[in-house]
Amino acid sequence: MENLADLIDQANAEIQSAADPAGLDEVRVRYLGKQGALTAQLKGLGKLSAEERPQAGKAINEAKRALQAMLGQRKQALARAQLDARLEGERIDVTLPGRGQSSGGLHPVSRALERIEDFFVRAGFEVAEGPEVEDDYHNFEALNIPPHHPARAMHDTFYFNAHQLLRTHTSPVQIRVMGKRQPPLRIIAPGRVYRCDSDLTHTPMFHQVEGLLIDEHVSFAHLKALLEDFVRAYFERDFELRFRPSYFPFTEPSAEVDIRGERGWLEVLGCGMVHPKVLENVGIDSDRYQGFAFGLGVERLAMLRYGVRDLRQFFENDLRFLQQFNA
Amino acid sequence: MKFSEQWLREWVNPPISSEELLAQLTIVGLEVDGAEPVAPPLDGIIVARVTSLSPHPNADKLRIVELDTGSGQQSVVCGARNVREGGSFALATLGTVLPDGMKLKPVKLRGVESSGMLCSTRELGLADSADGLLELPDDAVPGTPLYDYLKLDDFSIDVDLTPNRGDCFCIAGIAREVGAKNRCIPEWPSLVAVKDAVSTRFPIHLDAPEDCPHYAGRVIANIDATARTPLWMEERLRRCGLRAIHPVVDVTNYVMLELGQPMHAFDLDRLDGAIHVRHAVSGEQLTLLDEQALELQAGSLVIADESGPLALAGVMGGAKSGVVEKTRSLFLESAYFVPERLSGVARSYGLHTDSSLRFERGVDPELQERAMERATALLVDIVGGEPGPIIEQRVPRYLPERPAIHLRAERIERLLGLKVADADVLDILERLEMEVVVLEDGWRVTAPSFRFDIALEADLIEEVARLVGYDHIPSTRISLGFARNDRDEAVVGLSRQRQVLVERGYQEAISYSFVDPTLQSRIDPDLKPLALANPISKELSVMRTSLWPGLLQALAYNRKRQQPRVRLFESGLVFRPQSDGSLLQEKRLGGVIAGPLEPMQWGSPEQTVDFYDLKGDVEALLHLGVGGGEYTFVPATHPGLHPGQSAEIRRGEQTVGMLGGLHPEIARKLKIGGEVFLFELSLAEIGEGRLPRSVELSRYPAVSRDIAISLDEDIAAERVLSCVRKAAPESLMNLELFDVYRGEGVDSGKKSLALGLIFQDVSRTLDDTEVDGGLEAIVCALEEQLGALLRS
Repeated sequence: MENLADLIDQANAEIQSAADPAGLDEVRVRYLGKQGALTAQLKGLGKLSAEERPQAGKAINEAKRALQAMLGQRKQALARAQLDARLEGERIDVTLPGRGQSSGGLHPVSRALERIEDFFVRAGFEVAEGPEVEDDYHNFEALNIPPHHPARAMHDTFYFNAHQLLRTHTSPVQIRVMGKRQPPLRIIAPGRVYRCDSDLTHTPMFHQVEGLLIDEHVSFAHLKALLEDFVRAYFERDFELRFRPSYFPFTEPSAEVDIRGERGWLEVLGCGMVHPKVLENVGIDSDRYQGFAFGLGVERLAMLRYGVRDLRQFFENDLRFLQQFNA
Repeated sequence: MKFSEQWLREWVNPPISSEELLAQLTIVGLEVDGAEPVAPPLDGIIVARVTSLSPHPNADKLRIVELDTGSGQQSVVCGARNVREGGSFALATLGTVLPDGMKLKPVKLRGVESSGMLCSTRELGLADSADGLLELPDDAVPGTPLYDYLKLDDFSIDVDLTPNRGDCFCIAGIAREVGAKNRCIPEWPSLVAVKDAVSTRFPIHLDAPEDCPHYAGRVIANIDATARTPLWMEERLRRCGLRAIHPVVDVTNYVMLELGQPMHAFDLDRLDGAIHVRHAVSGEQLTLLDEQALELQAGSLVIADESGPLALAGVMGGAKSGVVEKTRSLFLESAYFVPERLSGVARSYGLHTDSSLRFERGVDPELQERAMERATALLVDIVGGEPGPIIEQRVPRYLPERPAIHLRAERIERLLGLKVADADVLDILERLEMEVVVLEDGWRVTAPSFRFDIALEADLIEEVARLVGYDHIPSTRISLGFARNDRDEAVVGLSRQRQVLVERGYQEAISYSFVDPTLQSRIDPDLKPLALANPISKELSVMRTSLWPGLLQALAYNRKRQQPRVRLFESGLVFRPQSDGSLLQEKRLGGVIAGPLEPMQWGSPEQTVDFYDLKGDVEALLHLGVGGGEYTFVPATHPGLHPGQSAEIRRGEQTVGMLGGLHPEIARKLKIGGEVFLFELSLAEIGEGRLPRSVELSRYPAVSRDIAISLDEDIAAERVLSCVRKAAPESLMNLELFDVYRGEGVDSGKKSLALGLIFQDVSRTLDDTEVDGGLEAIVCALEEQLGALLRS
């Protein structure tokens, strides 16, 4: 039976040289198939004597098992090689850009507005709105700015006629809200406002957020704390704040608030305790209720936050400018 | 208000540095706009006295000037006409660098050595122009540095005054504030009344006492017409931003800066009969000091004599009656005009003067005589003359009242959140020159006559807060109850709608609410927009009736900057006049797309946007809150849109918006190439959503069938879908239109639509015959109602 070992060696050589599963199967058939060489050996057992037969049978079966194992290993190796080749062939350049629609973005003023609103809504303020084409009563008269008041000249108002104008501030929303509801009131009123002024540092339209809180025991000290908290939250850092006396006909005492910037103090908002006459104008008992109001300049806050240098860029709608805020 | 720090410190001089003073002014509410040195350093410039003058041998217009420089003699060549022997002048010595950068070196002028230069105020950087050399008074000692002699170590401080603080438009007012803050009492200049030298009186009639309830006048006879304004006064005026004009005018300006009382001097010899403070009648003429001829409006307050208007009261004097070089006698006016009555008058004539500014903000109604005495004393010093008695007219009932205000201690703490000790409150009020009576629960306070802004308790509390310092008020977090800011879940807010657009590649724009009327009329020709009476420019003169003009302008702007792909949206009010004369201010959301659909990218062919890309974006917005099905798109026309590519968006019967292609004619006029698509939605109409409601899911298999039908080109897809829905059995779960085909196999004038249908029942498995039956009913309906043919 020396030729059995030779047969195995020969089969192994053929297995190892089979290039693909089909070739390997041919080898299998050649040795283990019905007409295969090892099958022929099994068939030849009958010619042997009864004494020789068990040993020879055992040897052939061992050879068969060895052959099957070799076939199995080779099959796996070939499959792996084939998969490797496929994967290699499917290699792509993952550094090519992705496809599809790009994202746009919100206007920086909207971004700042959302941030401001978010703070005050969390603090329990409601968002109120009012018309932009206003009447003299809501924009001036009810806010304690009668005709001929010097503050009017400083408002650079856009007029349509003797009664209709573009609101010069968001403060008329105070009047509209208080005219309908009794305290306690906690509102903010974001929106567009207009002044007849256009140069490097003024645009004829800009945005403000008005704030109003009326209750029984609301003091200037509360106003200070709220605005300090706001500035800290908005800028996510501590700023030195300065409250200094100012004048608005609809608040008393009035203050302007500056933050300490790199190049000195920067005015960011005006505020004060609501003037008793304003409360009386809307039918709120000024002896029982008091409160504060403030007005934030949104563009100024957006400029400080995002490093915008030129106010006028906000309204040019240059895509290159707008896309800077898509992050 | 611009003023000299030195002048202020003559009134009140607290032991604080200039820097501290500036900070303090802002802190008490007089915001400092800026502070500038009143002069450059002027190193090397000294006082020199002319000891002799001799003609220049080679030039007629030049002279050789010998000078006493304190430390020796020096000679310079000078061409100025006002150089004179014995006079003192400013000498720039050799080596001096003048403010304009010129360095003085020894030079020969026409052959004669000149070692130094006598200077004019312009050359010294003290004025923009000058007539001749700066001549110094006799007390100027030769050799003294000019900087020291003129006390130029001073700042011009500019404060931005709030409208309520008219009292601070003068040194006295600012001194009061600084004094109150620092507990120093301001020192007033001596106001001893000048003795009457003549008894000349000039009659004054207050014909409009409601506008002018108090008027003081005085005659000053025989002034010296050749007198000059002293240098110290000229310097003070300059440091406060005024130029010296004429000694009499300079004195009135000086008193205005010092005490806050605008005054006017008339040439007495040119007045006729009497002064009448009265209202102008329509058609009266007045030529102002600056030669401007005014046609007076009826009702404007004027100072007149028997022949007619002399001055626009509180604003500006007239040319005819003004002081000139040869004026010999003066009539001096010091009046109080009611601020509300004078407000806006100057502006209505296009004027704005130092006087009108002060009168409009309010002048102390008790200041007139004091100012008169001060001006008289100065005038007598400078131009001499013989003053007559003060002639005074007063109508008390039109003078402002000084209310007694009840200030409650408890209210101070309640309003400020700070407890101020009673003694401190009293101290503060008294420092502010208030009259105070102590009461059980507080004080009864009467403000001084110059504080006409104080009328209420809150005003007094502000005064207390101001002087305590806002920085001393604590910051106390307020604790308020839970605020029920209920939000309706079914309402879709703007922030969600914006987010949808942002994710679909839109950039948010914010454009002006006023637009170009020409552009707007192209888009909205039938609506007459609300027009501004005082627009910034023609291009920004009417209120937008649609968001499209602004968006189209933004598109054009970006196109000019090589941006082919534009996707913009904006939200905001549009202003639509209604047929009943009212104005609808409606909140809308609009957008524009043009150019490539997606950013340029590899591996997918560039596709230019079309109607359906925009419609997809709009549907994404509409489906927020409601899912599909609620809105219909109906072919419609709009003057701004392509008539074959525009649709109205309806929710039920209500039109909620519009979308379509920009009309090619408008695109051509705007020079926008390529196709542009626009949408606009009314936010109130599309925000209303509904709550999601869960239904049972079927556990049985779904059966899907596709059909293709051919039908006439002009049958809208919406009709096909609605026909299918109506004819379909209840088991139709889903219907999609997944292809539109024209071409081979479809007759011309026809199109083929491919529909995908999914049938499913919640309670059992559908069998094929059932489904086929349903499908057949659908096909029948399509054939009968729309003439469609099933394609095999």
